[in-house]
Amino acid sequence: MRKHLLSIDDLTRDDIERILGRAQSFAEISGRTIKKVPTLRGRTVINLFYEASTRTSSSFELAAKRLSADLVNVKSAGSAVDKGESLKDTVQTLSAYDPTAIVIRSPHVGAARLVARWTAASVINAGDGKHEHPTQALLDLYTLRRRAGALEGLRIWIVGDVLHSRVARSNILAFTRMGCDVTVCGPPTLIPRGVEELGCHVAYSLDGIEKADVIYALRMQNERMTGAFVPSLREYAARFQIDGRRLGAGQLLMHPGPVNRGVELAAEVIDSPQSLIVAQVESGVVVRMAVLYELLAGGGDPGDEMSSLPPALVRPESVA
Amino acid sequence: MGEKVVLDAEDMRRTLVRIAHEIVEKAGGRSLAIVGIHRRGALLATRLRDLVAELAGEPVPLGNIDISFYRDDVGMRSPGDSPVVHASHIGFPLEGMTVVLVDDVLFTGRTVRAAIEALFDYGRPARVQLAVLADRGHRELPIRPDYVGKNLPTARSERVFVRVEELDGDDQVAIAEEVAA
Repeated sequence: MRKHLLSIDDLTRDDIERILGRAQSFAEISGRTIKKVPTLRGRTVINLFYEASTRTSSSFELAAKRLSADLVNVKSAGSAVDKGESLKDTVQTLSAYDPTAIVIRSPHVGAARLVARWTAASVINAGDGKHEHPTQALLDLYTLRRRAGALEGLRIWIVGDVLHSRVARSNILAFTRMGCDVTVCGPPTLIPRGVEELGCHVAYSLDGIEKADVIYALRMQNERMTGAFVPSLREYAARFQIDGRRLGAGQLLMHPGPVNRGVELAAEVIDSPQSLIVAQVESGVVVRMAVLYELLAGGGDPGDEMSSLPPALVRPESVA
Repeated sequence: MGEKVVLDAEDMRRTLVRIAHEIVEKAGGRSLAIVGIHRRGALLATRLRDLVAELAGEPVPLGNIDISFYRDDVGMRSPGDSPVVHASHIGFPLEGMTVVLVDDVLFTGRTVRAAIEALFDYGRPARVQLAVLADRGHRELPIRPDYVGKNLPTARSERVFVRVEELDGDDQVAIAEEVAA
């Protein structure tokens, strides 16, 4: 795996498989009384969040702590950013602490890629504007595979505000890379032009959604909407809300959160047994542990004592 | 590279029976548990547990641990391989137990150090003992096994192969010749 995780495009299918497998190993640790291993002891992880976040920031924090890394949380409010410091200056200042990784959430597209140029640390994109959110896509894959068993061939409909959604972009890339058949659906004003080039189909109504195995609803991102993309949320809900009538028996429901209850999802489906929304949140910690481990700890062979030996002398019986 | 077999299947069976007797004798009525270190250590631990339980006439809890996340060389290894990390499983309380850690080969002692650290994340056993099928020396840490199947004086450049039926189709311990300089 590369040094940074900036986009799902950075990952091959094998990389993704390895991260999902590793996350499964970390799930065992999360089930213990002492949910901590010393793997990243002595490493420093900086969480640099320029946007409000509950799930992503807290799960990255827990992930780093469960791997025994030292963690610094920097939020734009109350920091030097508030005083007008540029992103570059902030990153260079924080880099003086010699972090092993910087986790960056920014409202600006491409921010994570820029940060990677300014620091020697590994950079993890925790969401850059409406561009990408790769760890969300990974945790969605992990959650879905645990529930559905296999990803190959699953029919997934991503419904809602695709235009403003970084989750949608990362998930289209991730789902298609793993062999799923992806359809994006929403009002024409909320479907980006040329989205088909990512390898998905496009639908402008929910007709045909009954054929989906998974419905992935997106949040209406009112804070990113600078114009009138839909006549009203009520009308949007009438045409695109997933409710008890539209969620068929056997279909699974996902949503990256936070949910606008009564807009993209009706309350009755959020809490239904078909909903994976809570499981998605649970997966966040173990998948982010896996990403930190892959980037910071490197690959290698587990469970053996050949650390002081050259590769040619590695005991073959230990190679898993 | 030629190989010299130092324990064949029958030797391995007899060795494990002897270790099982020693474990029971040394336990002196204390509560025993057997915990294997992935991968081959865990497989040998299963066999030892069965032997010990039979000799002791009572069930003996069995666990296994993976030490990947406890290694002290994290980040020093080159990326590329795709290691499989096995889940650890210790489904019984360790408090008050005499835990026998089981591994296939004892070498530098770093795996055992990591295993002890991992074990203590599950609880506080009364005592921890170490059983290994082969001790090839070259310790880098002050680790001493309580039960040794076979002492194998080796050169550092030699390779020790432990093969088990479950993974390799045969039980065998072999040493490969020294790598030519």
